[in-house]
Amino acid sequence: MGKYVVKRILSMIPLLFVISVVIFMFIHLIPGDPARQIAGADATIGEVQAIREELGLTKPLVTQYVEWVGGFLTGDMGVSYTNNTTVIELLTPRLPITIYLTICSITWSALLGIIIGVVAAINRGKALDLIGMVIAIAGISLPNFWLGLQLMQIFSVNMGIFPTGGVETWQGYILPSLAMGAGIMSILARVTRSSMIENLGKDYIRTSRAKGLPESKVIMRHAFKNSSIDVITVTALQIGALIAGSVVVETVFSIPGMGRLLVDSIGYRDYEVVQALILFFSLEYMVINLLADVLYGVINPRVRYE
Amino acid sequence: MAETLLEVKDLTTQFKRGKKDWITAVSGVSFQVRAGEIVGLVGESGCGKSVTSLSVMRLHSKDTTRISGDIVLGGKHVLDLSDKEMQSMRGNDVSMIFQEPMSALDPIMRIGDQLAEAITLHTDLSKDEVHKRSVAMLKSVGIPEPEMTLKNYPHELSGGMCQRVMIAMAMSCEPKLLIADEPTTALDVTIQAQILALMEQIRRERNTGILLITHDLGVVAEICSRVIVMYAGHVVEEAPVDELFKHPQHPYTQGLIASVPRLGRRVHRLPSIPGSVPDLAAMPDGCRFAPRCKYAQEECRATDPALVKIADDHTCSCLFSEKEREEMLAHE
Repeated sequence: MGKYVVKRILSMIPLLFVISVVIFMFIHLIPGDPARQIAGADATIGEVQAIREELGLTKPLVTQYVEWVGGFLTGDMGVSYTNNTTVIELLTPRLPITIYLTICSITWSALLGIIIGVVAAINRGKALDLIGMVIAIAGISLPNFWLGLQLMQIFSVNMGIFPTGGVETWQGYILPSLAMGAGIMSILARVTRSSMIENLGKDYIRTSRAKGLPESKVIMRHAFKNSSIDVITVTALQIGALIAGSVVVETVFSIPGMGRLLVDSIGYRDYEVVQALILFFSLEYMVINLLADVLYGVINPRVRYE
Repeated sequence: MAETLLEVKDLTTQFKRGKKDWITAVSGVSFQVRAGEIVGLVGESGCGKSVTSLSVMRLHSKDTTRISGDIVLGGKHVLDLSDKEMQSMRGNDVSMIFQEPMSALDPIMRIGDQLAEAITLHTDLSKDEVHKRSVAMLKSVGIPEPEMTLKNYPHELSGGMCQRVMIAMAMSCEPKLLIADEPTTALDVTIQAQILALMEQIRRERNTGILLITHDLGVVAEICSRVIVMYAGHVVEEAPVDELFKHPQHPYTQGLIASVPRLGRRVHRLPSIPGSVPDLAAMPDGCRFAPRCKYAQEECRATDPALVKIADDHTCSCLFSEKEREEMLAHE
């Protein structure tokens, strides 16, 4: 098991290299010039060129890439073009906010989604199944920005229970995480349901019933444990989607997190910040998939030695 | 005479199809299994063998199944029991093993845990005693390294080993009756012989009654003492094994036996029964075998023959005796 984890971690290194190249290429190949953004619309070509040289944008791409990666490895992520602060200073206060928001969203949505899925599967074709699947369809059909605005209208403006934006208090996290998690809850409900239905039809379920195991244990100990393999895969993939969700929801609820910073930085062509953020999101995604793979190994003995 | 473990009387099992439609898979099935005997339940696919055995265990989904008649298991009327009472009988008074041993075990649970689960359900043994019982059970079914095997997962064992584990699990609470639903069908021939020998050994040593469901007449001839032949949801013939093979009475049984290839018998073409099993939803009136029977008469298509005693221990459901049928054929 330990060997498997080490191998998995080592395999992340080449992957990170490829990702860093792709990110670097993308950001430098899209049209738009940060120097022009900084200098303003009225600046002369000479002024723009001066800023470009100051930012190091005139150097060959390879040199820029090496300098960027080198800086990263030594803990220097560069300086934001627009804010005149280092990227690290920019990220430090925002990182915990986004991570906290992500954890809140995934926790409630995974719990509720799995419960709905299991209950629907056990009551397949009955009223509870129908209710569960209606909730799931609703959750996946409502766009998160719209859901966010509606929640804000009802709970903040009309009822005054939660703040309309910001995360100064913990209450500020509730509406954004509801808006962010709804889609994941729905997908997990559906995946759990179909996986449970599939597993409940398997031979070993009949065996455990034939042993005299009570139905509750048949469901939890055998059917759900086998289904959790599918559920973990989908959850890990959905956390990736949460990153995209954070971009929108943080904007709607004016939360100073990583998602909003990304949107703003792209607008300003703030290369250093965008690169750092995308690399961070990629890393987050990879770490979560690593965790999912390790969990697989714990639950599913068949992948352990592969 | 040995104690009767299982008595099935006039069993009818119906499945829901669509909203209000019920189709009858098995009807009017009656038979007995006594302690220390192996009873074969034979017939081709779809004749209701498995439906019958799952009805005895009450393993059909309640929402989509209707079972009537009477099933007496260890003195209790199975169909009148509550779900909880039925649960405590399963694995304890009656156990079951299945066709695909590899998929019948939970793929992500260690063999030891699956065995322990069965034992702790029906006994108050401590953890240590459960472990000892598990080891002893695996040893008794011929697994060479029981301690190691307990730590294995099903995919680390062969099909034959998995079936041994299934048998160990089924026998772990010493049920009086074992239902084996095609236990050797998925195994190759040498392993088949070993598993059959193991079942015979269990019968001999523990006086267990075994209901063996199979479509393989070779298996029946090898270990069964009595045979029940089913066709299209009905029992058509029942007899001790020697009697059945020597003097099959029902035309269907005769056809089945004739279609088994035999060493040393030269045939140009292996005999077969023409036609196929009727659809459950469109059962023919009268005798269900009539459309495929070369002796069928007008009466056969009108009257559904009852199972009648034709000798001690031998029953058959055909309107005509063998002699009468031969005469009819000669006449034509």
